[in-house]
Amino acid sequence: MSIDVLMPALSPTMEEGTLAKWYVKEGDKITSGDVIAEIETDKATMEVEAVDEGVMGKILIPAGSEGIKVNVPIAVILEENEEGKAAPTLSNAPPANEKEPTLQDAPEDVPESLLPGGRRAAVTVDAQAPQTLSDPDLPAGTAMQTLTVREALRDAMAEEMRRDDTVFLMGEEVAQYQGAYKVSQGLLEEFTDKRVIDTPITEHGFSGLGVGAAFGGLRPIVEFMTFNFAMQAMDQIINSAAKTRYMSGGQMSCPIVFRGPNGAASRVAAQHSQDYAPWYSHVPGLKVIAPYSAADAKGLLKSAIRDPNPIVFLENEILYGQKFEVPVMDDFLLPIGKAKVVRAGTDATIVAYSRSVEYALTAAETLAGEGVDVEVIDLRTLRPLDSATIIASIQKTGRLVTVEEGWLQCGIGAEIATRVMEQAFDYLDAPVARVAQQDVPLPYAANLEALSLPGAGDVVAAVKSVCYIE
Amino acid sequence: MAASKANGNTQPVKKKSPSKKAAAVKAKKSTVSKADLLKFYSDMLLIRRFEEKAGQLYGMGLIGGFCHLYIGQEAVVVGMQAAIEEGDQVLTSYRDHGHMLACGMDPKGVMAELMGRRDGYSRGKGGSMHMFSAEKNFYGGHGIVGAQVPIGTGLAFSNKFKNNGRVTLTYFGDGASNQGQVYESFNMAELWSLPVVYVIENNQYAMGTSVKRASSETHLYRRGSGFRIPGEEVDGMDVVAVREAGRRAAKWCRDGKGPTILEMKTYRYRGHSMSDPAKYRTREEVQDVREHYDPIDACKRRITQAGYANDDALKKLDKEIKAIVAEAVEFSKNSPEPDPEELYTDVLAAVS
Ligand SMILES: Cc1ncc(C[n+]2csc(CCOP(=O)(O)OP(=O)(O)O)c2C)c(N)n1
Ligand SMILES: [Mg+2]
Repeated sequence: MSIDVLMPALSPTMEEGTLAKWYVKEGDKITSGDVIAEIETDKATMEVEAVDEGVMGKILIPAGSEGIKVNVPIAVILEENEEGKAAPTLSNAPPANEKEPTLQDAPEDVPESLLPGGRRAAVTVDAQAPQTLSDPDLPAGTAMQTLTVREALRDAMAEEMRRDDTVFLMGEEVAQYQGAYKVSQGLLEEFTDKRVIDTPITEHGFSGLGVGAAFGGLRPIVEFMTFNFAMQAMDQIINSAAKTRYMSGGQMSCPIVFRGPNGAASRVAAQHSQDYAPWYSHVPGLKVIAPYSAADAKGLLKSAIRDPNPIVFLENEILYGQKFEVPVMDDFLLPIGKAKVVRAGTDATIVAYSRSVEYALTAAETLAGEGVDVEVIDLRTLRPLDSATIIASIQKTGRLVTVEEGWLQCGIGAEIATRVMEQAFDYLDAPVARVAQQDVPLPYAANLEALSLPGAGDVVAAVKSVCYIE
Repeated sequence: MAASKANGNTQPVKKKSPSKKAAAVKAKKSTVSKADLLKFYSDMLLIRRFEEKAGQLYGMGLIGGFCHLYIGQEAVVVGMQAAIEEGDQVLTSYRDHGHMLACGMDPKGVMAELMGRRDGYSRGKGGSMHMFSAEKNFYGGHGIVGAQVPIGTGLAFSNKFKNNGRVTLTYFGDGASNQGQVYESFNMAELWSLPVVYVIENNQYAMGTSVKRASSETHLYRRGSGFRIPGEEVDGMDVVAVREAGRRAAKWCRDGKGPTILEMKTYRYRGHSMSDPAKYRTREEVQDVREHYDPIDACKRRITQAGYANDDALKKLDKEIKAIVAEAVEFSKNSPEPDPEELYTDVLAAVS
């Protein structure tokens, strides 16, 4: 019997990679655990180990081949008793270079909807297309460059670290490993281990240390590998960072940025998939930012690092690899506390933040095809919340849908609905509709995860309901 | 072993240097029976084959999210499990597949959970990092580094409270040993003489961070000394040494003397999780451990040298274990995804 060795995935979001090297040749004896090949993506390199024993019968994909799809057979191992037999015919293995129907030249962190066993019908958008409205203050004719959110965040930190030598970055795996999600790539090299610091796994400790360093006149950027782990540090963020200025009658300043990926990634289950936006938004003394696009990520992170207050900066792992246009400017700063109308419309308003903006924009496209013209607002900052932009939009459309990945109760949507009720009640033509995660911890199983999280389809349905369509 | 030296870490295999207190409870060295050795061998092999398969299924997209393999560390759980009694409790981190199999949980149910299927231990809702078995006294699978340490201490508290003679094995990593809640637990455990064995699996890395880069005291068995908890360094690649140390530790607890710490010097062969390119260590370092310190190879040598079994018999055993794993995979592939209704169940217990 022969066994196909398949092209493995390095991560849940990998679609294809390069087969960099073979460590064995045809005819070599193999035992399970042997490293037989090396594969690469633009983010990582990994060795392929044999799981079965036998003899390398045939190498199907030569070393150096690029764009090999996950799960394509790359070699055939023959069981020992087959030694010497002719290599099997390979008629049922797809030829290596035959392109499977690709969806697009996706960045490596493609949404899991595109993966085998992925969790829902495609809800992706071409992230560049819907960025129709630019920031009002951007000088006309500003050149643009295409950057991933990951690169934009790194550039923001690097620029601020060059500008102010009291800025430093601290967190787990931020230095030598270049960041668990590769956001701090290159920073150790440029700024040395004095300013790019790997910490032990001790969130409560290093967050408190960061607060102390900020009291002491430095400007720490504290990276949480993900915000799920910031729960270990909640006390220092809220009781120390957020409240000390007030408690000291304005004597103490805590200029610190707590940043890292927030919200659900892919299939990482309940303890690793939470949207903390409402949690931090609750707290006076903090500013809370949750950008969607790379430009906003850059402009807002730079402003956050300069801000004299403690800031919680919520990123999203699935957005890290997505590409957007970012202005090429010496110093691109965006105002904290300003929402952005990312699509103008007249029939209904959708308010979203972070990855939910993607669902909102996709839904808007779908609805446009059905003659419904919606306006989409990206909140960008959650505290202070830009009510004025939302109210102005409601005054035009009369209908509101909020979208968030967290839970409904006491969520961002609940806050917005209340403000709209208080400040624009007479403009509403329908009750506000909220789209959010189901009221359960996030399950692991692919089908349940898909049922639990909101998507563009839910947004479309909510807009139709507030418009009384069907 | 230039590679390892460059890395600055001690080798996985080192002479034990038990503290005085631990040495005092050291039982006289027992000999290992044929039956024990063969059981150790097949239990370790089951974990290894299971994990190799899990890695492969992950690469095929059948397992999602994070998946942390236990390959290289098998002697730790197999030896410790042999040292405890029916009814004792176990809990650990997200790197939990080996612990579950050692506890006697069904490979079918573990594999089905890894694939997010209905017949998984958590009915598909927990996944690789979050699995439990009330029946086998396995209290999880915990995704937050260090969180299981106070919880294990609390299980020990309940055992003492009920005076039931049970012991709790609380496993955690070298990286986790820097979390504050570990020390809060140590203090309470010694203060209240709780029957808990803290098993630190020092596989030398926490993701890409070596022990030396994260710990001011790299001898982790000494980490309880400020709380007067005895600690012992154990060759975690030697299943028999692990069992002996485990027996001493469990006896110490059962005798009412409070907690103990065992630092298992071990090594993880694979990346931290499936998506870790493992650039922080050299291929030579990994190869060296595999070739010279592999726990399964060492056990095999013991068996063949003692004449307990020959190569053919062990090959046959390997075939049988592969068949168990293959059956678990088949079972899991055929198990349906959870019923959509399951989304809303188990959030709260019904109040009767
Ligand atoms: C509180 C917390 N911080 C960070 C993480 C991310 N993380 C998961 S495993 C890990 C390394 C842990 O290493 P170690 O304790 O040595 O265990 P090992 O993985 O080696 O078994 C990190 C940083 C987490 N899950 N929880
Ligand atoms: Mg470790």
